[in-house]
Amino acid sequence: MRQKILGIVTAVTTFISAGTAFAGPEAEVLHWWTSGGEARSAAALVAEFEANGGTWQDMPVAGGGGDAAMQALRARVLSGNAPTAAQIKGPSIQEWYSQGVLADLDDVAKAEGWDTLLPASIANHMKCGGKYCAAPVNVHRVDWIWANADVLARAGIDMPTTWAEFNSAAKTLLGMGIIPLAHGGQAWQDATVFETVALGIGGPEFFHKAFVELDMSVLGSDTMEAVFDQMRIMRGFVDPNFSGRDWNLATAMVINGEAAFQIMGDWAKGEFTAAGKSPGKDFLCASTPGAGYLYNVDSFAMFAVKGADKIAGQKLLAKLVVGESFQTVFNLNKGSIPARIGTPLDKFDYCARQSAYDMEVASGNDSLLPSYAHGMALRGAQAGAITDVVTNHFNSDMKSSDAVKALVAAIKDSL
Amino acid sequence: MFARFEKQIPKLVLAPSFSAVLIFVYAFMAWTVYIAFTKSTIMPMYKLNGVLQFGRLARSPRWETAIENLFIFGILFIVISTVLGLFLAILLDQRIRSEGALRSIFLYPMALSFIVTGTAWKWILNPGTGIEAFVRSWGFSSFKFDWLVNPDFAIYTIVIAGVWQSAGFVMALFLAGLRSVNQEIIYAAMVDGISTRRIYTKIILPSMAPVFMSAVIVLSHLAIKSFDLVVALTGGGPGYQTDLPATFMYAMAFSRGDLGQAAASATVMLMTVVAIIVPYLYSELRSKNG
Repeated sequence: MRQKILGIVTAVTTFISAGTAFAGPEAEVLHWWTSGGEARSAAALVAEFEANGGTWQDMPVAGGGGDAAMQALRARVLSGNAPTAAQIKGPSIQEWYSQGVLADLDDVAKAEGWDTLLPASIANHMKCGGKYCAAPVNVHRVDWIWANADVLARAGIDMPTTWAEFNSAAKTLLGMGIIPLAHGGQAWQDATVFETVALGIGGPEFFHKAFVELDMSVLGSDTMEAVFDQMRIMRGFVDPNFSGRDWNLATAMVINGEAAFQIMGDWAKGEFTAAGKSPGKDFLCASTPGAGYLYNVDSFAMFAVKGADKIAGQKLLAKLVVGESFQTVFNLNKGSIPARIGTPLDKFDYCARQSAYDMEVASGNDSLLPSYAHGMALRGAQAGAITDVVTNHFNSDMKSSDAVKALVAAIKDSL
Repeated sequence: MFARFEKQIPKLVLAPSFSAVLIFVYAFMAWTVYIAFTKSTIMPMYKLNGVLQFGRLARSPRWETAIENLFIFGILFIVISTVLGLFLAILLDQRIRSEGALRSIFLYPMALSFIVTGTAWKWILNPGTGIEAFVRSWGFSSFKFDWLVNPDFAIYTIVIAGVWQSAGFVMALFLAGLRSVNQEIIYAAMVDGISTRRIYTKIILPSMAPVFMSAVIVLSHLAIKSFDLVVALTGGGPGYQTDLPATFMYAMAFSRGDLGQAAASATVMLMTVVAIIVPYLYSELRSKNG
């Protein structure tokens, strides 16, 4: 009896392993590109992967801005069954690396010349202990200010280039009964506005010291207090009903002329174009007042997997993701710009070309900076500690000096 | 032989669910408590690190807000739901016409999930679309009802929605309680010419003490675990002014990769529940044994 069972088990295992002998590159990819434009973008990658002889196993996990996907990923990794690649970005890549579960992509990166193709500060996010372990998909610029061209023309104001100009423009708009700043009172949106103000008032070096190095003397400085002062002023430029509003509803307020400006990353552009508005004519885009460039880069982190076909699939995926054709198609769909320098941009619109140009300039003078509000600069716990202070200050009558103290205390207490 | 086997059957049948509960409830509870004493961030770590996480929790202003909110919400929610539920039950108990239909109407909110309740009340309470806009459209242009977006009052909107959802259920509990009071005592009291008010306060309500207890237990566990109502109604906002311990815990565990902090907050919540349930169970068991 026992012999018989053993025999069956052996037969079955042989059968299964015969079935999984090298069958071409294979990739199981965990991502949360499940809505409209994003799903189309993901489909472009699948099509290209399969055209190159690969088998794609999709693992989309919708919901929670990636929270649900991270939960699924954690369960998979803990059970020793990691996917080939997962959509992870910024410092989270390093956190996963420190768990010892990521793969080494250096041979693909060397063969493709990633070191020359990617801006240095973005490439650094993709490296684990000096070797590539992730591939960048796109670059979203966060420090954009969007405006309704018609409203600005009627009010006789230009796109502001300093925060003082912004404040005076906003007062003009208030006098006309137009909401100066369309904003949604969700913590991450408060944080988005906050970091662009911090970059504008403090400058790139201040931003790097405060939100990348977490330099306590900078976090507690008078400049930081000035940043919170500007936030308090801007609280007066949003409509009373802003709490909890989604970002795309805020964009809609700019589209229909109810509000003049919105500060939001370049995913907002998709809302304008979907409403049939064209950049430069119906709506204006410019970087928020001040120097520098805040990026939010989506990427695929590659997990250490076993089996020749899976490793081959991983390498093929990495190569395609950074390849010119995918970077073009994907980013045209998503509204971001290619991470790969030198990708032809003739199909992209005016705002995207502006973004790509600014990125190259910023990369040259050390002002290409990771967005803290979008999880590129700090680990989740630290970024969250800052956001708690920012959103509490913006939604209460907390004094700027108290906010600075709370900020220092929160960072000291975060792990 | 067979008789002995038969004796074991209940144990055998119960074993799978018993072990499932043992592992998936109690073992994971113990695991969470353990994690609360480590420095775990995105993934669990098993090196003990003292009460560090509880210190962080105690210093966190957001946790302080969450705990305060739990007290405000919990007390108001339980008291208002109980009083309103009892009041509705007494009114319905007056042998009125179409009682069945009315009872269903009051009980109906219970059939909705908190997500639906939260979303509906979000629209009703939103100053731009709900009551405020509606009253203003009548011409009262200075009318103001902006609790939902006012950081100091937002927590009370959660009480409103929670009470709307649960008062009907409490009413049903009390109605059943009222009907089970021995009618002969009431008739006897009536014959003696005692006022209706005194019949209620001296006879009916005291005899319903167990119903009060069940209502409070059901409502307090609803209050402590309430999560979806906040998520749907305010998303924890404005800022984090309407955070509750459960939403705090979720944010730490799933959006922030701060498992240690999440586990510590979950442990504090567990202790709170234990502090309520254990004395209750103790008194229940003692009265049964005694």
